[in-house]
Amino acid sequence: MLHPPTLTHWLALSALLFSIGLYGIFTRRNAVGILLSIELMLNSAVLNLVIFNRFVASGDVDGQVMALFVIAVAAAEAVVALAIFVSFYRHRHTLDVTEANQICHPGNSTP
Amino acid sequence: MTGFIFENAWLIPAMPLIAILLIAVLARGENRGLAGMIGSAAIGVAFLMTCWLGVSYLRLADQGAAAVTWSIEWLRYQDHLVVSLGTLIDPISLLLLVVVTSVSLLVHVYSLGYMAGDEGFSRYYVFLSLFTFSMLGLVLAPNLVQMYVFWELVGVSSFLLIGFYYTLPEAIAASKKAFIVTRFADLFFLAGILVLGFYVHQLVVAGGSAASVVGAATTQTQALDFATINADSVLLALKGQTGIFGTDLLTVAMLLVFVGAAGKSAMFPLHVWLPDAMAGPTPVSALIHAATMVVAGVYLVARMFPGFAASEDALRVVAAVGSFTCLFAAVIACTQTDIKRVLAFSTLSQIGYMMLALGVASAEHPAGFGASMFHLYTHAFFKALLFLGAGSVIHAVGSNEVTEMGGLRKKMPWTHATFLTATLAIAGVPPLAGFFSKDEILGAAWDGHHALIFGVGVFVASLTAFYMFRLYILTFLGGCRSAEAERAHESPPVMTIPLVVLGVMSLCGGWIGVSHFVLPGVELHAHLAVMGISVAAAAVGIGAAFWMYGGQTNRAETIARSLGGVYRLVKHKFYIDEIYLFLTHMIFRFIAAPAAWFDRHVVDGAMNLSAAVVHRFAAGMNVFQTGQVQTYGIWMINGTILVMVFLWLVQR
Repeated sequence: MLHPPTLTHWLALSALLFSIGLYGIFTRRNAVGILLSIELMLNSAVLNLVIFNRFVASGDVDGQVMALFVIAVAAAEAVVALAIFVSFYRHRHTLDVTEANQICHPGNSTP
Repeated sequence: MTGFIFENAWLIPAMPLIAILLIAVLARGENRGLAGMIGSAAIGVAFLMTCWLGVSYLRLADQGAAAVTWSIEWLRYQDHLVVSLGTLIDPISLLLLVVVTSVSLLVHVYSLGYMAGDEGFSRYYVFLSLFTFSMLGLVLAPNLVQMYVFWELVGVSSFLLIGFYYTLPEAIAASKKAFIVTRFADLFFLAGILVLGFYVHQLVVAGGSAASVVGAATTQTQALDFATINADSVLLALKGQTGIFGTDLLTVAMLLVFVGAAGKSAMFPLHVWLPDAMAGPTPVSALIHAATMVVAGVYLVARMFPGFAASEDALRVVAAVGSFTCLFAAVIACTQTDIKRVLAFSTLSQIGYMMLALGVASAEHPAGFGASMFHLYTHAFFKALLFLGAGSVIHAVGSNEVTEMGGLRKKMPWTHATFLTATLAIAGVPPLAGFFSKDEILGAAWDGHHALIFGVGVFVASLTAFYMFRLYILTFLGGCRSAEAERAHESPPVMTIPLVVLGVMSLCGGWIGVSHFVLPGVELHAHLAVMGISVAAAAVGIGAAFWMYGGQTNRAETIARSLGGVYRLVKHKFYIDEIYLFLTHMIFRFIAAPAAWFDRHVVDGAMNLSAAVVHRFAAGMNVFQTGQVQTYGIWMINGTILVMVFLWLVQR
């Protein structure tokens, strides 16, 4: 007999997603990889909104509306981040974030 | 008892100070000739103001006033511990004011010629004005603290002027020596001031009989004012307290003050700096190391004379040190060949004379006090004249050694005439200045029944006549002993005029009754017998000098050879310098060197160790500072997890 997943199961899924994202942020060196990890964490939060909407106040749609807003903002944020990456890549010919801890690159005199 | 000049006597020392500022602003580079004019004009104004002050004071003294004090509050520590800045005008400070401003004025004028064309012309005048300012401030000081401040200032300006030719190693060494020796003595002076300040302050605050008397005498009780310290009740109370080594507190304090005075006045055994100080320009020697600064010690003892008189032991020490220095320096002066060194030892000897005179005085018989001030006054003129005359000779010959002079009588008539006047004055030939003052000192010693001191005084009077005429004969008489002496010619009028003025003062200075001025109302009488003895002593000295150096014989060398070791001992100034050198070497080797080792290895080692520990620790911590956000994030997350686990465990 297959039971439908409960609140705990959903929250576990969300925590798993968040942890994967966290792991990705701290281990990826590529800026795009880090952006993907951030998206994962963001989505785990969005998932939480939907989960609580469903299990705590199933009559309302507040949580789902909020989730849509977050997705839209995350898309805008991704645009900004990708624009920065493009500019950074033109400058340094790399997207390795460990190389990005100085304002002025040793090999590049322009600030 | 007021008057414009009494309330504004501070303007007198202010004049040279203004001169310093003006010279610093105006007399630069090409305009440096202006420095001499500014300095001389300022000191000239100060001299005129001193004359004005003197005339006003004499008029006031006729009405029975003794001292005029004017002061403003400078430092206030407690209600009773107030230090003021101000002026104290009484006979001795007025006497010193006249001496300092007049000699300083003449030296300023003389230096216009002597220092002409020197690279450091304006620097020289700045230093000279600084010295005059400090000395005038010292003379006018109404309390010990102001006196101490200016006391150090004269020390500094003396240091600067001795080391004026700073490219010469001996001038640098001499300036350092002078500064260190006098500074060493000043330490004792400071200790004396602290002892006096502490106990007098205690007496004033504690109330009691002393305070009521003092409080009545001065509206505001200021513990370090001379008026407070010299009050009889305070002195008695101080004498009642036990000090150290079985003496009373007053004696301890006075002896400490006397060490300071002995350092500045170059009394034995702190005399070593004065002969070396001759490395400075000659007019400086005339002003500082003959007429004014070196008598500051005598002035200090005179200023605190009631204290010395109340503590008889301290006065006895003054007399002993004075007479010994007087004899000791006179003996050395007989063997020196450097003209300025002879004069330096002569100065030592004459200051010893002044100290001796103070030493034989007492509260009941203050004749010696007046005699000392009288001698200070006459000595300032004839000794300044001797130095300026020597400067004129050195200027012409280009050497300090009398062995390279000789026969300058015809070539330098003005210098010769004035030098001869001063020589006669210091030798004590009547009716010149030195005769009267020296006679008063001997008379005071005679009256006080100090037979030994009287004997020393007479013997030194004879020796003084001898070495001064030896110097005179070697310099001016006989034939020229070097090519430079052949070519010598008279100095310019700007140098000879001060000589003539000082010559007149040396001639007539003794006719003024300084003792009567300093000690109003005290019966003073002349001693015909003492006069006879002193003239006879001078005659013997002069005769001996002519007998030994007058003719073409070499009697002097024969006598020197026959004395052998004794002569060498005296010639090398009793090896006092060598003893000091040995002592300082010992100090260096056994105290300073181990201390330096300890400092370098133990103290610095501990410092370096702590620095190294911190450095290592920082290097270890440096690993964490990667500059990578990711590393920081990992640490943050790990920390958060740790806290969460901890909280979870605690919750359970």
